[in-house]
Amino acid sequence: MDISIALLTIFVLAAFVGYLVISRVPPLLHTPLMSATNAISAISVVGALVTAGSDYGTVSTILGFIAVVSAMTNVVGGFLITDRMLKMFKKDKHRR
Amino acid sequence: MTGTAFIQWAYLVASILFILGLKDLNSARTARRGMFLAETGMALAIVGTLFHHEIISYQWIVTGMVIGSAIGIGIALWTPMTAMPQRTALSHAFGALAVTLVGVSEYHRHGSELGSIKMTAIGFEVMMGALTVTGSLMAFAKLQELITGSLITYRGQNASNVALFGLLVGIWFYLIAVPAAGPLFYLLVGLALVFGILLVLRIGAADMPVVISLLNSYAGLAAAATGFVISNTILIIAGTLDGASGFVLSILMCRAMNRSLTNVLFGGMGIAPAGGPTADQVYGGKVKSATAEEIALLLDTARRVVIVPGYGMAVSQAQHAVRDLAILLESRGAEVAFAIHPVAGRMPGHMNVLLAEADIPYDKLKEMDEINPAFEQTDIALVIGANDVVNPVARTDLSSPIAGMPILDVDKAKTVVVIKRSLSPGFAGIPNPLFAADNTLMYFADGKKAILDLIAALKAA
Repeated sequence: MDISIALLTIFVLAAFVGYLVISRVPPLLHTPLMSATNAISAISVVGALVTAGSDYGTVSTILGFIAVVSAMTNVVGGFLITDRMLKMFKKDKHRR
Repeated sequence: MTGTAFIQWAYLVASILFILGLKDLNSARTARRGMFLAETGMALAIVGTLFHHEIISYQWIVTGMVIGSAIGIGIALWTPMTAMPQRTALSHAFGALAVTLVGVSEYHRHGSELGSIKMTAIGFEVMMGALTVTGSLMAFAKLQELITGSLITYRGQNASNVALFGLLVGIWFYLIAVPAAGPLFYLLVGLALVFGILLVLRIGAADMPVVISLLNSYAGLAAAATGFVISNTILIIAGTLDGASGFVLSILMCRAMNRSLTNVLFGGMGIAPAGGPTADQVYGGKVKSATAEEIALLLDTARRVVIVPGYGMAVSQAQHAVRDLAILLESRGAEVAFAIHPVAGRMPGHMNVLLAEADIPYDKLKEMDEINPAFEQTDIALVIGANDVVNPVARTDLSSPIAGMPILDVDKAKTVVVIKRSLSPGFAGIPNPLFAADNTLMYFADGKKAILDLIAALKAA
């Protein structure tokens, strides 16, 4: 029970932090924001890694392997494409 | 330091880096630095996890990481900016798939030994995960136009969807009480997969900004639930950040259309409303069409021009031509700005990315609240492939399906030039009196061709 309450506390605090931080992102960057948070939530790869690499049986190894592939696609693809987008946002050099 | 302690420290530092990284997204100036921080956090978390004491073999891990990275690099390098909504939908599917599979594996291993708290989390995880997988794939198919983008409806659709959702929740609750009911668990996964398809089936392409945000939120929450299942703090934190982000964006998108989330998911948008004025009543004999030369003459003397891009600009890939037109106008002394409606395009911020890709400086991209007061001092508002977001009916007709939706007040400009292929209605299915207004000129053409014609005519003028 103790651990559950601790985890719940983390969840609630993260929700508040997330709400406050995300609310300050301007509409200009909403597309990069979505691909960035998508890449960050691909942290589920850490669960997939343990599932794929531990001695949990064949079924778990297969499921874990597929999970590693999909999560890793988002980690690498998500961060790369976010950076590709952000690189394009430039300020007007001529005006000021 | 033991392996476990190292992992916990790595997760703590990674969590901090994720939050700092997202905080840096509050400005285009610091955004790239923020992403570097987040990437560092991710690398740290992955490396830390490789020291997990239960891992005995790295064969499948390494193979999976290599394949996943290769796919990720391919998608990131070759996705055109216009296809960003599809790419995002697909990535929600990937993320949700990973989460669902981890959940299924956990249930497969522990099944009946799971306590009610873990069973609550695991049920939520696979339910949200599975419906996000198929829902996102449906969104992808619609955006990629593999299937029709318009909404698919049938009799009793809402009732059967609500019933199915009720059934899902019922099974989930039953499993919490009786975790050993294995077949029901897999039924839950299967039904959630079906529910994801049905949910997105009835949503039209123009509501995609809301749906993509919502799926983003679901994928995040499913990841957070995984954190509860395997007692992993960083999964809870990162998943919740993603969930909060998707949630905030869905609320913003709904607000920008003055609709509730329920209305987007179950409402009847896109079905022509009964009782409103018909296209003939609104347009009959009042629509003025102009040639490129006539518009060029107006642009030639304009001091202030505001360009309003809509999804039509993305479809015709006109963003580079638009940039050339803006530069040409500026070289003739005009002031050019871009007015971006929050739901223009198919995902939040879609127009900004396209215009940034065409090298248009971001300080010229103005949000609705910032640009609206400026339309009265605008000589020409140039609308490219936008419709509902510039329909003044939203302000005037309380019975209209878009009543109260905040719009760009282009009709207040001295002259409005609308580039559009035809007078066909937008997603709301209603005629737009803007097109028949005294100060509006229509230019019927494909967006890109129209802009190129305007550039040629302006150079000749």
